Amino acid sequence: MKFVDTLHFARHAATGYPLRTALSILAMAIGVASVVVLTALGDGARRYVVDQFSSLGSNLVIVLPGRSGTGGFNPANAITSTPRDLTIGDAAAIQRGSAVRRTTPVTVGTSEISFGGRLREVMIAGTTAEYVLIRNFDIAQGRFLPDDDWNRGAPIAVIGAKVREELFGATPAVGQLVRLGDRRVRVIGVLKASGSGMGMNTDELVLVPVALAQAIFNTNTLFRILVEARNRESIPAAKAQALDIVKQRHNGEEDVTVITQDAILATFDRLLGALTLAVGGIAAISLAVAGILVMNVMLVAVAQRTGEIGLLKALGAPAHTIRNAFLCEAAMLSATGAIIGYFLGVLGAALIRYAYPVFPAYPPSWAVVAGLGTALATGLLFGVMPARRAASLDPVEALMKH
Amino acid sequence: MPLIELKGIERVFHLGDSTVHALAGLDLAIEPGEYVAVMGPSGSGKSTLLNLLGLLDRPNAGTYHLEERDVTTLTPNEQARVRSERIGFVFQSFHLVPRLTAAENIALPMILSGLPASERKSRVEQALANFGLENRAGHRPDQLSGGQRQRVAIARATIMQPAMLLADEPTGNLDRHTGEEVMALLESLNQNGVTLIVVTHDQVLGARARRQLAMEDGHLKHDSSLPPSPFPLPGQ
Repeated sequence: MKFVDTLHFARHAATGYPLRTALSILAMAIGVASVVVLTALGDGARRYVVDQFSSLGSNLVIVLPGRSGTGGFNPANAITSTPRDLTIGDAAAIQRGSAVRRTTPVTVGTSEISFGGRLREVMIAGTTAEYVLIRNFDIAQGRFLPDDDWNRGAPIAVIGAKVREELFGATPAVGQLVRLGDRRVRVIGVLKASGSGMGMNTDELVLVPVALAQAIFNTNTLFRILVEARNRESIPAAKAQALDIVKQRHNGEEDVTVITQDAILATFDRLLGALTLAVGGIAAISLAVAGILVMNVMLVAVAQRTGEIGLLKALGAPAHTIRNAFLCEAAMLSATGAIIGYFLGVLGAALIRYAYPVFPAYPPSWAVVAGLGTALATGLLFGVMPARRAASLDPVEALMKH
Repeated sequence: MPLIELKGIERVFHLGDSTVHALAGLDLAIEPGEYVAVMGPSGSGKSTLLNLLGLLDRPNAGTYHLEERDVTTLTPNEQARVRSERIGFVFQSFHLVPRLTAAENIALPMILSGLPASERKSRVEQALANFGLENRAGHRPDQLSGGQRQRVAIARATIMQPAMLLADEPTGNLDRHTGEEVMALLESLNQNGVTLIVVTHDQVLGARARRQLAMEDGHLKHDSSLPPSPFPLPGQ
């Protein structure tokens, strides 16, 4: 039997039973469409997060104390075993870099805050006026830390929205004196509720001048120095300058790590990429289910057309001709379903983009290729068994079932 | 040179614990161009004989020579090829493919054997004309009368120009008048040289053949081409 005739015969056979054919095509279409839509959602989430990150202080460079990463063995490390701490002076010095717009020191610790008999544990961040600019925070009440000498630890604090609610309830917070560790500080502002951000929940944060925090924690070191580059292009320059300045101040020892927002972004990118892959994998299960349905449909077709198979054998069709005809029919069902499903999926993704214009739900091309490929492969794979069964039927018995 | 030569054919079916000898020690020779009726009650082995002759079934013992070639030892694919080229089947229930038109049903054996479309087309047109089906070419089986369906089936059976036609109760599903027409058609094909073997339990129909074979319990009880047997068939 010629290939064209096999195709023709299989198409005739498939269209001869429209309901059964339509149902198996629908199952395959749903499988492929779900792969396309779900990966579009996953990849859309990835793009969305990356976009949000880049719009939100993407020019950030972060200096951490201690050398981490792959610097290799440095003879200097062998002499001085402990890295030099980051200081307020380092932060102020980085400010001089030409690619640096602003910088702020951050020191972090936990302590108790109490007011009017209420007491809770809070995370305290010692920082400066620049912090609110770098992190794009909004102030709900009062004002932020004043722009004065970084080494002057005025007894003032800006508290997170949740801290305010828990300590003060309905009474006004701004202007009140609270006890923070063993200090009495005056609340000068309240942050706007924003939920979590970059690992720290700002709603449960208390911000104080960096020198005050250092005094509370009895230390002169910093947790981080946040550096904002002048623009996106100057991030590498700002990174190099920050490193250079700190190195000079630390007697030529490279004992700090400088990371950029891009590095964090890349991590998120990888994480959400893996998520998309996982979601796509889950959706692929529906393809396997569709494949099993195609097998069922083909088994029913073999049972229903037993008499016809007997006839084909009587007319001189060898076993492989019959097998190919049924395999071809299974492949047609899967392929048609896959193509329809692809267009349904693309349409679905377009509808999501239409409903949520901010959400870039485009199906990634690898997912489309993998989805279509899996659909065809499962269809063929699950078509083999029914086709073999058809080919191995005994012609005499098959002819009697008519 | 006989077209068909059967020697010592045995066919045994196992039904549960019991064994049924559908054919036992059967010897038979049929010359090219013969018109043979195989008769006998149901269960006598006449259908099994037809399936064996049509290479749809294999004997448990014995040899079958078709055109001097031992076909019992052929592989299934080789047997399929012999069926395709040398044997035409006509069934009681027509066995037309319901979704295909009359013309497509007639073309089916040629499609299966891989003949080019142009040759198929001309042969189908010729067949439609020969069997008086010109204005039924595009009709599906459910739009045809019983006689027309069997004519389509006979056109399909002969389209590959086989050496023999095996007809299993070809008039069983037809009224007397249409059955008469179909038999006349088959006989005219036989007159043009095709060996015709008809299985029937209808005595009148069987009597039309030039040679009658009477089967009983898997044995050939009577062969009209041989000297009269001591047990003549009733009605003869």
